[in-house]
Amino acid sequence: MDTIYLDNNATTQVDPEVVDAMLPYFTEQFGNPSSLHQYGNQVGQALKTARQQVQSLLGAEHDSEILFTSCGTESDSTAILSALKAQPNRREIITSVVEHPAVLALCEYLEKEGYTVHYLEVDGQGRLDLDAYRKLLSDQVAIVSVMWANNETGTLFPVVEMAEMAWEAGVMFHTDAVQAVGKIPMDLKSTKIDMLSLSGHKLHAPKGIGVLYLRRGTRFRPLLRGGHQERGRRAGTENSASIVALGKAAEMAEANLEHENTVVKRLRDKLEAGILEKVNYAFATGDVNNRLPNTSDIAFEYIEGESILLLLNKEGIAASSGSACTSGSLEPSHVMRAMGLPYTAAHGTVRFSLSRYTTEEEIDRVIAVVPGIIEQLRNLSPYWKQGAPVQDAFDPAYA
Amino acid sequence: MWNYSEKVQEHFFNPRNAGELEEANGVGDVGSLSCGDALRLMLKVDEKTDTILDARFQTFGCGSAIASSSALTEIIKGKTLDEALQVSNQEIADFLDGLPPEKMHCSVMGREALQAAIANYRGEEWHDDHEEGALVCKCFAIDEVMIEDTIRANNLSSVEEVTNYTKAGGGCSACHEGIEDILARVMAERGEVFSAGAANPVAPAKNAASVAADAEAALTQIEMPTPAPEAAVPPAGEGPKLTNLQRIRKIEEVIERARPALQRDRGDIELIDVDGRRVYVKLTGACSGCQMASMTLTGIQQQMMEELKEFVQLVPVSKAPAGMGA
Repeated sequence: MDTIYLDNNATTQVDPEVVDAMLPYFTEQFGNPSSLHQYGNQVGQALKTARQQVQSLLGAEHDSEILFTSCGTESDSTAILSALKAQPNRREIITSVVEHPAVLALCEYLEKEGYTVHYLEVDGQGRLDLDAYRKLLSDQVAIVSVMWANNETGTLFPVVEMAEMAWEAGVMFHTDAVQAVGKIPMDLKSTKIDMLSLSGHKLHAPKGIGVLYLRRGTRFRPLLRGGHQERGRRAGTENSASIVALGKAAEMAEANLEHENTVVKRLRDKLEAGILEKVNYAFATGDVNNRLPNTSDIAFEYIEGESILLLLNKEGIAASSGSACTSGSLEPSHVMRAMGLPYTAAHGTVRFSLSRYTTEEEIDRVIAVVPGIIEQLRNLSPYWKQGAPVQDAFDPAYA
Repeated sequence: MWNYSEKVQEHFFNPRNAGELEEANGVGDVGSLSCGDALRLMLKVDEKTDTILDARFQTFGCGSAIASSSALTEIIKGKTLDEALQVSNQEIADFLDGLPPEKMHCSVMGREALQAAIANYRGEEWHDDHEEGALVCKCFAIDEVMIEDTIRANNLSSVEEVTNYTKAGGGCSACHEGIEDILARVMAERGEVFSAGAANPVAPAKNAASVAADAEAALTQIEMPTPAPEAAVPPAGEGPKLTNLQRIRKIEEVIERARPALQRDRGDIELIDVDGRRVYVKLTGACSGCQMASMTLTGIQQQMMEELKEFVQLVPVSKAPAGMGA
């Protein structure tokens, strides 16, 4: 049975062309780009090309604004910690309750270190209140860090507008764009975004490579010191094979943007409509009119997400869930809780995330398989009887 | 994806006894919606013999919750109620060839549903003290509530103590920062400030390992066990001298205190004999052969030294050494 991979927000398959581009950098092109001899020089040229490919995808003004890092998490940490160290008198951070743990866990740690963190709330569709945000901006705030697109729901935040507001207040602005890059068009030079994080493995490059975009003129303090690499802003010998791979992947992502927002979006919409048409007591979460073109997060009420994933997996379909049981924690995802989803729905969310490799046949098959799985599990559920919920009839001894 | 055993997968994909039981005369509803589990267990009990004739379940939950429910019904069918009440959550897990540590609460839920259903059949009220917090120690599946309660009840002030009392943090040590946070919070309640640097030292791992090793080998290695800092264990000779009887009573007290935590994991510890500074104990149940036994012993030994204010050595024995009148 062919497998159907619909978990592209978790990670993507490395494009074969990307693999071809990177392979020589494990063999004949092994030089250290810092070396003066020809071995190093050739690799140095390749890194410059990669930098320009990423610059083009992001619409950055200069290629020197692209810093290669090891991953999105490193980029996030570098950005936030840099802003704090560069502006020691500013002791506040603004972020949102639905950020990725790469930002949230760092902010929680910084709170313990004495910083004040303002967490912007979201409404039932996962949207921010910009008036509340505006009121928090002050000369005490070192940095705003808000994601461009949510990894679970795909909901887009108005980061371009928020960066303008921060700029007017004289506050640095960072966005974790790990999910957004390559899926929606960007033109950073026309925005006031100071820093942006991206991760290679979300756009068909390998794992272990990321980028921090750093607008020219932004005050900066490096996280890693000890070398002149990346103009002294990120010491450590360059991961040249992966950088070349990310460059190639960025070039392909840019060429794919239209496909992503037409073909992939249409397949996503077809999948979502197809499932919701056949399954009652289910709904798409997040801001469905303003989200990534590849993501559909569906809450199936009265059943639990891990069970759905296990049955999908048995059918060769890979997706993911915000349910507690898939993560090892006992609580459903912080994103679902922040949107106020009831527990009977929050535990039953399944995220389908498509890519340019997703085909119409695959979507048709998922639409055909999902309703049966949902029905099978609901028949096991104490909240369900003969095709309808009986929530009131079940009252657990502790809750 | 979880590393589920074949048996768990089999019981999840083909659950036994799923669905409603119309003629049920004992029903137990348990669950915690916040953590995504709810289970209804329905029993049909023969009123003359108190034998479970049939059992069915309905479960809202993850793969292991459904598999645990299925296993539970298979285990208890045909048993009398008194026999069924002997079924432990470990037995449910064992029936499934084990559950991942994070999923052990699924088997606990099964046992509780059984208690609730039997209470319902007997017309009794079933109360559960079950309170589940966020999982802190994933190695031993110890949650926040349990750690908090233990810290409060025993006035603990260091990660090492928490490990000794609950086992939390005794494995991979990834949760030590989390335990420190809990300590800081609970100690603040009693007006104290947690300081990571002031932690009570435990015996170095080398000693812990050798304690668990063959008792005789350990005897030669740890004649003078821990170069323990004075704050924790005053040198022998200081403090009032205890009579033999007082000394043994104190040793017994420490052992008794340690037992509930071990029993929670279906293990136990028994005092065999005291010979000078050597305290012979026997680990039983799940403790015997447990990888963490040395950690447990080190903790108990440490407490004993603090109580007695002298060096003692805890020696695990499989049975009373020859010539000892145990």
